[in-house]
Amino acid sequence: MLSYIFRRILSTLPVMGIVALFVFSLLYIAPGDPAAVIAGDQASPADVERIRQGLGLDRPFLIQFGSWVWNILHGDLGTSIFTNLPVSAMIVQRLEPTLSLMAITLVLTILVAVPLGVVAAWKAGSWVDRSIMAFAVFAFSLPVFVVGYVLAYIFALQFEWLPVQGYTPLKSGVWPWLQNLILPALALGSVYIALIARITRASMLEVLQQDYVRTARAKGLGQRDILFIHALKNAAVPIVTVIGIGIALLIGGAVVTESVFAIPGLGRLTIDAILRRDYPVIQGIVLLFSFLYVLVNLMVDVTYTLVDPRIRY
Amino acid sequence: MDRRTVLKGLAGVGTLAATGGLSMPALSQGAAARTLKFVPQANLANFDPIWGTQYVVRNAAALVWDTLYGLDATLQPQRQMVESEQVSDDGLVWTFKLRSGLKFHDGTPVLAKDVVASLTRWSSRDPMGLMLKAIQNELTAVDDKTFKWALKAPYPKMLLALGKNSTPCAFIMPERIAQTDPFKQIPEYIGSGPMKFAKGEWVPGAKAVFEKFADYVPRQEKSSWLAGGKQMLVDRIEWVVIPDPATAAAALQNGEVDWWESPITDLVPSLKKNKNIEVDIADPLGNIGSFRMNHLHPPFNNVKVRRAVLAALNQEDYMRALVGDDTALWKTLPGFFTPGTPLYTEEGGEILKGKRDLAMAKKLLAESGYAGQPVTCVVAQDQPITKAQGDVTADLLKQIGMNVDFVATDWGTVGSRRAQKTPPGQGGWGMFHTWHAGADCINPAAYNAIRANGDKAWFGWPTSEPVEKEVLSWFEAKNLEEEKTAVKRLNKAALDDVVYAPTGFFLSYTAWRKNVSGIAKGPLPFFWGVSKSA
Repeated sequence: MLSYIFRRILSTLPVMGIVALFVFSLLYIAPGDPAAVIAGDQASPADVERIRQGLGLDRPFLIQFGSWVWNILHGDLGTSIFTNLPVSAMIVQRLEPTLSLMAITLVLTILVAVPLGVVAAWKAGSWVDRSIMAFAVFAFSLPVFVVGYVLAYIFALQFEWLPVQGYTPLKSGVWPWLQNLILPALALGSVYIALIARITRASMLEVLQQDYVRTARAKGLGQRDILFIHALKNAAVPIVTVIGIGIALLIGGAVVTESVFAIPGLGRLTIDAILRRDYPVIQGIVLLFSFLYVLVNLMVDVTYTLVDPRIRY
Repeated sequence: MDRRTVLKGLAGVGTLAATGGLSMPALSQGAAARTLKFVPQANLANFDPIWGTQYVVRNAAALVWDTLYGLDATLQPQRQMVESEQVSDDGLVWTFKLRSGLKFHDGTPVLAKDVVASLTRWSSRDPMGLMLKAIQNELTAVDDKTFKWALKAPYPKMLLALGKNSTPCAFIMPERIAQTDPFKQIPEYIGSGPMKFAKGEWVPGAKAVFEKFADYVPRQEKSSWLAGGKQMLVDRIEWVVIPDPATAAAALQNGEVDWWESPITDLVPSLKKNKNIEVDIADPLGNIGSFRMNHLHPPFNNVKVRRAVLAALNQEDYMRALVGDDTALWKTLPGFFTPGTPLYTEEGGEILKGKRDLAMAKKLLAESGYAGQPVTCVVAQDQPITKAQGDVTADLLKQIGMNVDFVATDWGTVGSRRAQKTPPGQGGWGMFHTWHAGADCINPAAYNAIRANGDKAWFGWPTSEPVEKEVLSWFEAKNLEEEKTAVKRLNKAALDDVVYAPTGFFLSYTAWRKNVSGIAKGPLPFFWGVSKSA
């Protein structure tokens, strides 16, 4: 297993290299000029050109790309064109809010979605099942920002229980940290709760019709043991797969959620960097996201072996 | 239902709840009343007010860096860091003396050599600075407190140049920082202004923090815009960047922030209904909407085509699309200068007055020989102001029979594309939309958009000898009457040649919680004199 993990990590390097080249090329093909954004609306064309030269954006594409790769190989992600801060420092600064949001969302999703799916499968065809699935369809259909605004209205403006924007670091205390994350996590999690609940239900329904479940029932095992020990474990592979995909998708969802709730995370950093054509920052974030995707896939593969002993690498 | 409709609805419902007697949340009420939380108009993405000249950078910089002179509410430059100035009888040598007690945030005194280095950097970027540099004999420190600017020709607008609030302002930095190449960013944010920048707490895109500078010695005069005593009544100012307007409105409603610089017009009615919130016009100098035509290439290289567009243009259409039906917020503008300011004139503005005449516009267009060339209309969709104007213009051009190539894009791309001088079919452009702060359009000093000096002019590169002649006349004017005469002729010449098309004058709002007081109207948020109660 260790050698498998090692090989998988090694195999990420060419993937990340190709992604980096792709993104680097795409950015330079796309219209837009950071120098023009920096110079401001009142600047003259000569000012814009001087700024472009100062940033080295007038150099040939291959030289810029080569220089960027060389710096990456030396552990340097470059410097933001706008803030003049190291890209790595900017990413580190933004990592905690995004990881916190993703973690809370993920925990919330699993805690809510899996039991909902199991119960729906157990009560298949009943009003309970239909209610859960109706909720799932509804939640899946609503855009994240709409859910976000509704939650903010209810819990921040109406009941005044939670703040509407911002982020408090974990070092300031668990409750202040959680306060800022509950609404965004609920908004972001609504789609995934719906998705995972549906997958869990479908997978459980399939497993509940298997002979060994019938045998377990015949042996007189309790419903809870049958559902959560025998059936759920065997239904877990597709659920784990969807959770894995969900983690990857959370990165995209975080972009919208962080904007709605003004959370200073990587999602907002990405949007800001794209709008300003802050190339080094975009490239750094894409590299990080690529790495995260690969890592999540690896974790999903490893988890398969834990839930299904028949799977071996 | 689109996103904007949803957020308007929710903000409205939120206000109803708030006005229905609900108490405001206690989330921020425990915070020290000496911390002011402010939502700026945009993200503070960089912090060098000479290198990057966005208004948001200027607004933050005005807290950290001081200027030698400051423009007051009557638009006159007043002494700020300077104690006295002398100008020789021939107007060629200016000698300035700094006032006592000025210190930088690192504890070092402000010396004349710092001023010399700062003005040297500034004058490499600023339009008025460049004019000064072109006629400069020497700029030197005479002693620690005195510096001298010797010129080859008189420059009557010297004090305005040093005190103007249009970007880039002549901010004074320590010599070691000011020696940075003006086209590269400064590495430190040390000034001698009333607030220090807390660089360690800076999260670009999210938060910028300023702390009171204990050693700042304000002037004794009453504060007025950038002039007078900059008395800080709060210890800490936090700029909270909230990109989503509905979220900013909600944060203001429940007290998480104290002051929102630029609420969007759609949300203002709901904010006005909240008993804890004050809403008022932010800046009486407002903004001037505009679209610029490319004078280098067909069809707009023909003045008859430009006049045809101007003849058909209905500013009311633009203003209603841009600001809405609240007529207190906008007015038509048959000229280029800011209404309500001393140089405002409508001279030569007949073409923009009265009923719009599409038939006349079509006739002019036919006379011009317009052959149906596509007009590349580049419109930034991510800026509500440019998008609204672009939509109106596209319709206008179609109505008079022009072939519109509508390029919907983002502001970053417009910024890049408008710098292209190639023909529209080869990556260039025909027209783009923008707006100008009214404060920059009070006279020709910082008004790049009115200049018509060809290659050196602003995007669109208009060439007009009469316009340039009157700009020069204004710079040489010795009194207000001479200035008015020059600007009248300038306005007429600029309309005759259609340097650009003004689409109207509009105002915007600012909003704050009622426990905040001392907010002054002006072209930028002034934090001195602003206090907050618990």
